Amino acid sequence: MNDVSLTGPIASVTGNRGLQIEEKLIFEQDSPGRCGVDLPEPAPFLSRLGGLARQGVIGLPGLSEPQVVRHFTRLSQKNYAIDSGLYPLGSCTMKHNPRLNEKLARQPGIADIHPLQPVSTVPGALELMDTLAHWLKILTGMPAIALSPAAGAHGELCGMMAIRAALELRGERRSRVLVPESAHGTNPATAAACGYMVDPIPANDSGRVDRAALEAKLGPDVAALMLTNPNTCGLFEGEIIEIAAAVHAAGAFFYCDGANFNAIVGRVRPADLGIDCMHLNLHKTFSTPHGGGGPGCGAVALAASLGRHAPLPWIVHGPDGLELLEQGTGAAELSLGRLKGFHGQMGMFVRALAYMMSHGSDGLRQVAEDAVLNANYLRAGLEGELSLPFGGHCMHEVLFDDGFLKDTGVTTLDFAKALIDEGYHPMTMYFPLIVHGAMLIEPTETESKASLDEFIAVVKRLAAAARSGDVRRFRSAPVLTPRRRLDETRAARKPILRWRAELECREAAE
Amino acid sequence: MRYLPLTERDREEMLAALGAPSIDALFAEVPAAARLDGPVGLPRAKGEIEVERAISAMAARNVVAGSVPFFVGAGVYRHHIPAAVDHLIQRGEFLTSYTPYQPEISQGTLQYLFEFQTQVALLTGMEVANASLYDGATACVEAVMMANRVTGRRKAVLSGCLHPHYREVCETYARFLGFDLATQDPAPGDEDLGRLVDRGTSCVVVQNPDFYGEARDYSGLARVCHGAGALLVVVVTEILSLGAIRPPGEMGADIVAAEGQSLGNALNFGGPHVGLFAARDKFVRQMPGRLVGQTADLDGRRGWVLTLSTREQHIRREKATSNICTNSGLCALAFTIHLALLGEAGLVRLARLNHAAAVAVAERLERIPGVRLVNRAFFNEFTVRLPQPAADVVEALAQTRVLAGVPVSRFYPKRDGLADLLVLAATEMTTPEDIDRLEQGLREVLS
Repeated sequence: MNDVSLTGPIASVTGNRGLQIEEKLIFEQDSPGRCGVDLPEPAPFLSRLGGLARQGVIGLPGLSEPQVVRHFTRLSQKNYAIDSGLYPLGSCTMKHNPRLNEKLARQPGIADIHPLQPVSTVPGALELMDTLAHWLKILTGMPAIALSPAAGAHGELCGMMAIRAALELRGERRSRVLVPESAHGTNPATAAACGYMVDPIPANDSGRVDRAALEAKLGPDVAALMLTNPNTCGLFEGEIIEIAAAVHAAGAFFYCDGANFNAIVGRVRPADLGIDCMHLNLHKTFSTPHGGGGPGCGAVALAASLGRHAPLPWIVHGPDGLELLEQGTGAAELSLGRLKGFHGQMGMFVRALAYMMSHGSDGLRQVAEDAVLNANYLRAGLEGELSLPFGGHCMHEVLFDDGFLKDTGVTTLDFAKALIDEGYHPMTMYFPLIVHGAMLIEPTETESKASLDEFIAVVKRLAAAARSGDVRRFRSAPVLTPRRRLDETRAARKPILRWRAELECREAAE
Repeated sequence: MRYLPLTERDREEMLAALGAPSIDALFAEVPAAARLDGPVGLPRAKGEIEVERAISAMAARNVVAGSVPFFVGAGVYRHHIPAAVDHLIQRGEFLTSYTPYQPEISQGTLQYLFEFQTQVALLTGMEVANASLYDGATACVEAVMMANRVTGRRKAVLSGCLHPHYREVCETYARFLGFDLATQDPAPGDEDLGRLVDRGTSCVVVQNPDFYGEARDYSGLARVCHGAGALLVVVVTEILSLGAIRPPGEMGADIVAAEGQSLGNALNFGGPHVGLFAARDKFVRQMPGRLVGQTADLDGRRGWVLTLSTREQHIRREKATSNICTNSGLCALAFTIHLALLGEAGLVRLARLNHAAAVAVAERLERIPGVRLVNRAFFNEFTVRLPQPAADVVEALAQTRVLAGVPVSRFYPKRDGLADLLVLAATEMTTPEDIDRLEQGLREVLS
């Protein structure tokens, strides 16, 4: 292959490359007055806008339906997706998204019901939410589920607020939250947002939290420990029960980041590990689509000591069936209040429930087993070529560092970008922060053995290429994509965050 | 199981390849006391037919908005969604991709988010918008927290005409995240919020049109805020209103927090929806959430990336402006596609249709003895005072399969003076027959 032709100027007269078609912004396809929706003009009526009518042009472009369909179809073709290939983004759990779930979420009885229509007209919605909560209670072993948080980070906020409420009820104001250095960024951000001082805990040589260091930091001012298990190195915290006991002995609560629940679902109940509170990313473990960055759902499982502080609304079993409690009075008197408009992400609830019902108790256990088996298979297939910071089996994801790239001139970033040219979405890079040049690979249970074998072969060949001194391939990668590496410094230095006609003209002139 | 590609033979071969005697060996690190020996007490796996049947049975127990005369709004509105919207957002390349961390293979998501940011800025009349937040209520509280950061103050004044859920979310965050609120009592009508602004006030939060549907000019309030060094936050729960009424940006708003559900997104029993967030340029580095920026690639071609991420949790950790990670990408896409289809002409016409429908409903209800319209100016939603408790009226009408609106007492069950208030919305989906049924039903219940 001739490298020059790949990295040189684009050959076609259009800038298009076969199926990769350059696409202007909708604002650059405007024809004033054109419209992609046919609507009737209302019969004459007397406006009651009270002199507030909008004057002047808004600036929205006019396109027809075929132009809009083509525009967004072309944009879609510039995206990598689970539907197109292996997406081994560690900690993000990019598994197959069943289409049955999409179909069910679009039924009129789900999509076309309003959160504020009389509760008596939506018994099925309450039943669905209660059924989902029941499944999550059984799977976690926890007695209460808060459904309303909209994402994992929102669930963290919910959990930390519940902990704060419980401490206040005890008349205590504790100031510190212990967070391992390997934690997701949302953990320290959440703890800090809730007014706590974040106290980092180092990892030990085996990639687990340093228990002695942790116990030394426990004290009467510690509100909680926020721990991810399996942790972000893809390892199970084997001393978790002892850690939980120590946290409880200090009068603190044990928050678990449940981002990696997919590794243990059906095989381990978090309650049995001594966890008081854990968010569940329905868009990870239970396959609701990531959608290019949401919407998600971060339901929170709560121990009895925290369940009474669960956010509104509550669904409770009353004498005449399910009831929706929307006020912080009566049974919900100790609720921490409302975290989100309305009742939570119903569209995600139905998808997650369909996923769970499809797998059943047996299939969910199999999900965890296959996810862990696939990750260990990658680990075994690659450990001779890449460098492992920690020994032993992994859980649902495997962490490598950049030791194998030492003295090659190739970085983790370069290696990841080279994978893109081979048709793969890269692994998570430079996270967790506790190993150098981290590469965190999570295949999930929905990859076949053949798919893993192909990936192993590709990574091995790239590792060999790096060692052989083929640096240019890596540093210039990717070259086969709709765009090559983008200048992020320029984007941040002089931010252009919206389209403006005059700006485009000026840039073109320059 | 249809979603799991590994066969029993694969599993055996793979275990052999990694030298593990059994799958249990891979879970050896789990303490013995916490290992489950077999499946938990839940039903076993089901085929597609059975799952569809079970969930559809639950769905069938609900009264579908489209099957009845429907006047429920109060923050979530039933609009027509063009067929192309749902078709396009279900393309797997949009549906099954992650946050665009690898821009070379995420230009599709990044470009539509850049278009989304531009549309939101244009609609609200603001200079800059982010790539979405969870929903309007959380966008509202993020706006308050941003105003606290910008001004270095910690007290927000909340209008009594703010959507009750938005107010409650602010109250929850204020209690646990440590800032102060001065909240006006909930009631329709004019307020003098300016007199509550002092040197400790970070912002005043108003809604336009407000929770009761009243549309107002907040230019005067903006001047008062700015004179005292405070910001004006304007909440919009019906984004379509900006196709008809003057945008917050023209009234002097510093931050706009809005709900974008009305464009492209179904009712969904309240979620997922999409939070919109726009502000003045000078505050951009204090904004929460993802931002997409324009740049160029190595060959000089225009492209887009996530930018200014030094504000965010994955870089800044405990010093981040917000803990938000996931937002509402796919709902933002639905918004962008719907608005691209409408364009300037379509949006303005759709807004006019909505206003016309609401005027038609108001004119009919005003004729009913004992029913009094509360509003002076409104868009597609207004409030009436009934001669008896609105909750009972709504329940009685629901029995006749008319969903007449939202009684204010649903949010404030114990508060005097609000029990008779009913908030009603009309949209382009409202038919003359629906209005006849509503008027007739209301006359019967009230007689």
